[in-house]
Amino acid sequence: MPLTESQLADLRTLVGPEHVLTSPEDLVAYGFDGTAALRQRPEAVVLPADTAQVAACVRLASEHGIPVVTRGSGTGLSGGSVPTPGSIVLCLVRMDRILAVDPANLTLRAQCGVITAAVDAEAARHGLFYPPDPGSMKVSTIGGNVAENSGGLRGLKYGVTRDYVMGLEVVMPDGRVVRLGNACVKDVAGYSMKDLFVGSEGTLGIITEVLLRLVPRPAARRTMLATYGRMEDAARTVSDIIAARIIPCTLEFLDRVTIGCVEDHARIGLPRDCEALLLMETDGHPAAVEDEARRMLEIARARGAREVRVAADEAEAARLATARRSAFSALARVRPTTILEDVTVPRDRLAEMVAAIAETAARHRLKVGTFGHMGDGNLHPTFLTDERDAEEMARVHAALEEIVDRALALGGTITGEHGVGLAKKAWLRRQVGDASHDLMRELKRALDPRGLLNPGKILD
Amino acid sequence: MARSLRQLDYSVLQQCMHCGMCLPSCPTYDATRRERSSPRGRIALMRAVADGELAVSGVFAEEMSYCLGCLACQTACPAGVDYAQLIETARAEVLAKRPPTPSARLWRALTMRGLFLRPRLLRWAGRLLRLWQRGGLQAASRRTGLVRLLPADLRRLEPQCPFIAPRFSHQLIRPVERPRGEVRHRVALLTGCVQDLVFSAVNRDTADVLLANGCEVRTPPVQPCCGSLHAHNGETGPARELARRLIDLLPPESLDAIVSNAGGCGNHLRSYGKLLADDPAYAERARLWDSKLRDIHEWLAETGCRPPGAGLGPLTVTYHDSCHLAHGQKVVRQPRDLLRLIPGLRLVELPEANWCCGSAGIYSITQPAQSEALLRRKVGHIVATGADVLATSNPGCHLQIERGLAAAGSRIALIQPVTLLARAYRAEGASPEVSR
Ligand SMILES: Cc1cc2nc3c(=O)[nH]c(=O)nc-3n(C[C@H](O)[C@H](O)[C@H](O)COP(=O)(O)OP(=O)(O)OC[C@H]3O[C@@H](n4cnc5c(N)ncnc54)[C@H](O)[C@@H]3O)c2cc1C
Repeated sequence: MPLTESQLADLRTLVGPEHVLTSPEDLVAYGFDGTAALRQRPEAVVLPADTAQVAACVRLASEHGIPVVTRGSGTGLSGGSVPTPGSIVLCLVRMDRILAVDPANLTLRAQCGVITAAVDAEAARHGLFYPPDPGSMKVSTIGGNVAENSGGLRGLKYGVTRDYVMGLEVVMPDGRVVRLGNACVKDVAGYSMKDLFVGSEGTLGIITEVLLRLVPRPAARRTMLATYGRMEDAARTVSDIIAARIIPCTLEFLDRVTIGCVEDHARIGLPRDCEALLLMETDGHPAAVEDEARRMLEIARARGAREVRVAADEAEAARLATARRSAFSALARVRPTTILEDVTVPRDRLAEMVAAIAETAARHRLKVGTFGHMGDGNLHPTFLTDERDAEEMARVHAALEEIVDRALALGGTITGEHGVGLAKKAWLRRQVGDASHDLMRELKRALDPRGLLNPGKILD
Repeated sequence: MARSLRQLDYSVLQQCMHCGMCLPSCPTYDATRRERSSPRGRIALMRAVADGELAVSGVFAEEMSYCLGCLACQTACPAGVDYAQLIETARAEVLAKRPPTPSARLWRALTMRGLFLRPRLLRWAGRLLRLWQRGGLQAASRRTGLVRLLPADLRRLEPQCPFIAPRFSHQLIRPVERPRGEVRHRVALLTGCVQDLVFSAVNRDTADVLLANGCEVRTPPVQPCCGSLHAHNGETGPARELARRLIDLLPPESLDAIVSNAGGCGNHLRSYGKLLADDPAYAERARLWDSKLRDIHEWLAETGCRPPGAGLGPLTVTYHDSCHLAHGQKVVRQPRDLLRLIPGLRLVELPEANWCCGSAGIYSITQPAQSEALLRRKVGHIVATGADVLATSNPGCHLQIERGLAAAGSRIALIQPVTLLARAYRAEGASPEVSR
């Protein structure tokens, strides 16, 4: 239902007329996020400046029963910030202030719209480190990261966004403002409410402020790149490294299709006939890093790596990392539509899962490149296709179903870091089971009884 | 080339997967934080127009005009979206669907369909302007307030008008010049329009640097405009005509390279293949032309530039990337490497070196406020480096930044990289201890 003139006038009074957008041109431009093929125009886009304005907008929306879709930078890959019909988009990019860094308690407090990379840059100014580094970190907002519980390349050693959230300020669906958690390392006062909102995808409350944990910045880093004739050998290398009690910060792999695309695009001299490429990085105290790098090299060789290159300096490290960093770009330019999935399996089933994906793709005559985080079992099978080709899209969906079933059979999850949103909603019950699914629904009802916050996401 | 978004090959639009990686690279998104002023927002608008879901409205036209066309988004884009083609097509559609105001139409007729189609006429205009600037008329008319009689647009521009060079390129460069020793390459030198009227000395410097590197240099005395101005502003017809004329003038079959020294022109010059793809008589030659087109820095780096034997004294230089050189032509490393060849020259990196300076073709005329804001930001960074010289290699950037530095009271000199190189080669002759 379109908003009435008086509702729009009220919104304009709350945030200023220039921050309420209603022209068709503006609505088109907020009709999607980073997910392929999902589009829906909102009724209006509102850009509040602070928590009070967010709360006031939510209160107004709640009085009139208008659905609210929260948006950060719109880089989500599961349709989380794609508007629901009849909704207002609350876009929080103007709330982009870093409020404080506390070097004594190793914390950083920021508004939700701060860009992820700016959080780490500010930490670096104090010799500190904010480890979660999603591939979109130069664009995504910290609020979006918390709402998706985003991961990155450093998951194995440093964990994901959740491991750094100490406190949150949240606007509830009725407009109440609550503060959850604090700067204490230990805190068992009541339910861990902040954790409820990490990964809640804008369906339970609107995160307006975050209190993040920082860690000391590692002093040294070593990067190496290995190529293998078999994916299993790369996977065994990873298991052996971990069994040797080394926890590298990065263990990233590319499969054969992805290596081929990277080579087509960037021509960095990768062997096209290898099945796997493994980028490994260890960081920490210089002496420990040296020792670990040497042992990782030995393990890779012992596991039959065809070639291992160890970077002598930062410049070479950057060159070696190019292969992994350009993986997504290389894949994305092959066909008009790129569908990036993120099924995840326990680490020791990864090679099996990669093989299953390749086999499924071949059977459905599809081009799928797989890359991802070998250290934490998080895969990104990437479908290279064309959304206008209905017949091919039907094969894509059939293949996806099989891949999801396989991942679940291996004890995995439908999404390791991109969230459920709209794109993976249909599979959620399959994964968590009826009882868990019902519990999620009850929780949603308890906090947002009228279903006004991001309705239709995660759950129907 | 498509004349409307609907005619455009849909996969060019579809190539944008709206991931948003372009957002932080876009100066207009940075200024407004509004999606529609971002590359992916603009592409979404274009796609909506192509799908028939959005009209070519005033807001649409405004947004297409607000885009700098700096192409920083093309560098950021993981999917290789051809934004240059998209924005040109969108602007052509705006021009077709929304006739400009009478005064804008007159402007366009005078410039794009008049002066910039007729190189001889353009030079005559240049001579007149020179007379006005040198003959004391400019000062007099400013003093007497006569400039107030000019139409508003012209009045705003009048103080920005560049100083016309005493002599044009054809008076400085002979049609064919041969290097001293063996001829290693045969190249053509494009002298440009603004470059020819204002920076003809830079063209001479370019020829000298080419000669010093074993190139035979062909420089036809009268050269048509490359058509970039037209293409960037939706005037597809004249752009195609100019491309054909230039190909006829400098047959690519007979040359090793066609060298451009202006970032903006160069970027357009190497897309003739696309521009003339549906012209059976020219399509093939246009592709060959593209394959031979080189930016001067790129050409020198590729063929192994000879390090000058003499320097220019201790000199700290910082380098600003022209957008179309860096983002359009992907020539980033080469100008820096060439500068480092000059003995005694210290290169310091400019923060945000590849962020647009606001010149952007005729942007300073069409969007003065945003253009000024970008210029102030650029000048602030330049001054903070403490360099003696700012090097950049596009006439638009040169004029814009020179004006900005002057307004800020800075004494940093603006010198193009080829000029620094040419001076270093000339210093070889001057210093007795260096043998040539
Ligand atoms: C090229 C690319 C690479 C990526 N790489 C990674 C990666 O390595 N790891 C990873 O985990 N993800 C990755 N992503 C996905 C995406 O960037 C993350 O999910 C990111 O956290 C989204 O942030 P955003 O600000 O863009 O949020 P949006 O996309 O705008 O929103 C995402 C969800 O969060 C909700 N939301 C946003 N802000 C708030 C808030 N303040 N309060 C409550 N809810 C909110 C929205 O309603 C929506 O459901 C990548 C995406 C792209 C395009």
